[in-house]
Amino acid sequence: MNVRDFIQNNYTPYDGDESFLQGPTKATEVLWGKLQELQKEERAKGGVLDMETEVVSGITAYGAAYIDEDKRELEQVVGLQTDKPLKRAFMPYGGIKMAEQACRMYGYEPSEKLHEVFTKYHKTHNQGVFDIYTPEMKKARHAHILTGLPDTYGRGRIVGDYRRVALYGIDFLIESKKKDFAATERQGMRRYDFQLREEIADQIRALEEMKEMAKAYGFDISLPASNAKEAVQWLYFGYLAAIKTQNGAAMSVGRISTFLDIYIERDMQAGILTEKEAQELIDHLVMKFRMVKFARIESYNQLFSGDPVWATLVLGGFGNDGRHQVTKNDYRFLHTLENMGPAPEPNLTVLYSSRLPENFKNYAAAISVKTSSIQYENDEVMRPVWGDDYSICCCVSATEQGKELQFFGARANLAKCLLYAINGGVDEKLGEQVGPKYAPITSEYLDYDEVMEKYDAMLDWLAHLYVGTLNMIHYMHDKYYYEAAEMALIDSHVKRSFATGIAGFSHVVDSFCAIKYAKVKPIRNEKGIAVDFEIEGDFPRYGNDDDRADEIAIWVLRSFMGKLKHIHTYRDSTPSTSILTITSNVVYGKATGAMPDGRKAGEALSPGANPCYGAEKNGLLASLNSVAKIPYEYALDGISNTQTINPDALGHSDAERTENLVSVLDGYFDQGAHHLNVNVFGIEKLKDAMEHPEKPEYANFTIRVSGYAVKFIDLTKEQQQDVINRTCHAAM
Amino acid sequence: MNLEDQDMDDRITAGQDMTNQNVTDQNIAGVDSADHIGRVHSLETFGLVDGPGVRCVVFLQGCAMRCRYCHNPETWKKDAGELWTPQALFEKVYRYRNYWKKNGGITVSGGEPLLQLEFVADFFSLATEKGIHTALDTSGNPFSMDQEYLTRFGRLMDVTDLFLLDIKAMDGQLHHDLTGQDNANILAMARYLSEHGKDLWIRHVLVPGLTDSEVELIALRELTRELSTLRRLEVLPYHTLGRFKWENLGIPYSLDGIPTPTEEEIRRARRLLEL
Repeated sequence: MNVRDFIQNNYTPYDGDESFLQGPTKATEVLWGKLQELQKEERAKGGVLDMETEVVSGITAYGAAYIDEDKRELEQVVGLQTDKPLKRAFMPYGGIKMAEQACRMYGYEPSEKLHEVFTKYHKTHNQGVFDIYTPEMKKARHAHILTGLPDTYGRGRIVGDYRRVALYGIDFLIESKKKDFAATERQGMRRYDFQLREEIADQIRALEEMKEMAKAYGFDISLPASNAKEAVQWLYFGYLAAIKTQNGAAMSVGRISTFLDIYIERDMQAGILTEKEAQELIDHLVMKFRMVKFARIESYNQLFSGDPVWATLVLGGFGNDGRHQVTKNDYRFLHTLENMGPAPEPNLTVLYSSRLPENFKNYAAAISVKTSSIQYENDEVMRPVWGDDYSICCCVSATEQGKELQFFGARANLAKCLLYAINGGVDEKLGEQVGPKYAPITSEYLDYDEVMEKYDAMLDWLAHLYVGTLNMIHYMHDKYYYEAAEMALIDSHVKRSFATGIAGFSHVVDSFCAIKYAKVKPIRNEKGIAVDFEIEGDFPRYGNDDDRADEIAIWVLRSFMGKLKHIHTYRDSTPSTSILTITSNVVYGKATGAMPDGRKAGEALSPGANPCYGAEKNGLLASLNSVAKIPYEYALDGISNTQTINPDALGHSDAERTENLVSVLDGYFDQGAHHLNVNVFGIEKLKDAMEHPEKPEYANFTIRVSGYAVKFIDLTKEQQQDVINRTCHAAM
Repeated sequence: MNLEDQDMDDRITAGQDMTNQNVTDQNIAGVDSADHIGRVHSLETFGLVDGPGVRCVVFLQGCAMRCRYCHNPETWKKDAGELWTPQALFEKVYRYRNYWKKNGGITVSGGEPLLQLEFVADFFSLATEKGIHTALDTSGNPFSMDQEYLTRFGRLMDVTDLFLLDIKAMDGQLHHDLTGQDNANILAMARYLSEHGKDLWIRHVLVPGLTDSEVELIALRELTRELSTLRRLEVLPYHTLGRFKWENLGIPYSLDGIPTPTEEEIRRARRLLEL
């Protein structure tokens, strides 16, 4: 199985500009028009258009369905998750309670029979985890020092190599899995052998079902795709099987652009495909990625606001042989944002390098200026670690496509951990002993060395508890909610990485800076818990390219990662960490007390690796330089940074803005930074959209938040306010 | 309304310690007696409108002009700001070289940078040695045609690639009313730079009813026609984003009630300037 080899031997790098691109076809306009109507209806109904209550979702749970039954011949790429467009499937394996709660939240009554099946006869992932959690884990979860854990929803982040369906056809994939299965047979088989054999058996079954699903649409995918249209369709069927069986927080598409370009080029040379038709294929495929929906519950929406699915799709990047991997198809994917307007999905990610063709950099930047819908990640730091055929499995995390899987692990709230260190393990919000009962700090002013020592001990406890909790989660997920469809498209002998994450990063850094360079006096309540802090004097803050603060930032990350490395992780996976919070910074902040850096109790934490609100005093580039100093090698799961630039501050014309944005991207990534979300709009637009979400121009107003893109009007009011508060770097 | 400079300076100084608390030793460490120490108000690492491309903008402290629409009145006071040696400041801004690419670089603004001419010349010399594009954003107010001044100025001119010259008003009286200062030397500076082949951007703040009369704009246009090295003529629409700073400093603001120019007014001005 070697898709990479196929790509490397057959693709055509493209150095030209975007002038070859074609506008939308009539069919695209009709279908996208229909979808926009449905999306409008969905919003009018409170966020959900329709829901399944009787049928358990599965690869073959439904027959063929179309965006518009009467105009099905217009759809160049077919396949829906359920029997109707935008209808949300019933997915109980992650947890029956959550599946039912999601239905009721939107006024649907879930099936009694299914309730009985999934409470009496079949266990779910969620129940499995809660059966074995320790009291300490439950407490830490309740106090939100461990937070956003994938124990009530699918863990996601496993990217099937959907290209394999097109390149090899299902029959070959089944044969190959059968060989793998046979090869597991050995003397004295044990538990892990049984597990692997059962998993491969499930994978083979999923592959058979994929064939059946495709047959319902009139396609036989047993054999490899023979042209571009088939390649797109085959690949999409693979992805469709994944999203019919898993409601993971991130359901990435992977690295497909250059792969598909090979088929398109070949058809064009054979004279059987025009550019107009090629663009239509890509537009229709992207339309399908824009339609992915899952039924979610309220607490989930607070963590991941705006209905994201992270159908992340990567573009650009270099090959190990030194050739860039930009093809015409990369332009076509970006061009969908012009043909069908801005949209949060798929989560378009440009694997960036200043060495990419200038034409491509300029086109991507121009699309950013126009739509704020793209994110950039540094190919130069990721390629040496993950090879030249990696994809992004979540918001920003790299994974080797088809060879690797990642266990997703949400976040530990390090800001809270620092407060536990000060308060001897007592939660500052709950007033209860959650962490170990170490001696609290009782001095009038905080002493840097003392806080450091106590923080280190508390962090030790947290790291152990965190990894232990995740080990249980992934054990149960494998057991009750195994990703057979995705794993069927990944090597049987797979590398596993174990992702963890940090929340509250910049507040920990600035707190240590305040304690070291200013005087910080805890204000204690009657129980002696520090509930607020008085700061006397100035102190350096992370986000100003000031080494005094930035070195502390590096230390905070390295110390956490250092602890993770020494803890046993599930299935011998390799631990990594991220500084990435998605929109959950708001809800994590709510659960976190006042910090020694001056952040008040309940205020939103700064998202991802972004410096704290208002800390940046020297403009955008000083802030970027600070973030760029954080070594990627310590946070291989990603270092997310989101910045908003006022168009007036970026330049006088769109041409100038594009050129300046490319300079920013080049400068930032040449210093080894990992990730950047770029928004180009002014605060006035946000305020107006918040007040008048009904205006038609805001229906598709897309913005980048930590790790993904979202329609601004779909965010909760609190998150909208948070985005507004963070929108700086305006012209002055 | 004429503003009395002395009175104004007193007001800005009121309540502020004359010795600057922000002075950090590291900025002037190892200072040589030959070094010119600069007073820096602040740094904007991502300036995109004060010169071509991405620019690191250094705002210097101190200005003698009292422009009624000034959006940085906190930079007027001469004895405030952080102290920096040219070398330390250069090392600081040089960290942003990765972002400058083809056409970006360093801009020194203010305050009025010509009040610290020697410091800026030293600073720009260091940049020029590294091939970095330098721009000076000035009101021209300290400029003089004195031979002695021109000798000093010549050293700065040699290491400055682009001058951004603000022309507040063409009419002398209007200029005085607007800024408390004359403009003859400023207009002379524009011509002097052109004669010496230095690239120029001329900028004009458009304040409705004050600086947008037909006579004013046509006079400005006529001047710019004389300038062979003019690379850009910009109209900067008056804005009130700096208004709150006047309040914070306790200085009366004389333009309350004057609106920001409308799109139509900006178009009209551009038409008169033949832009």
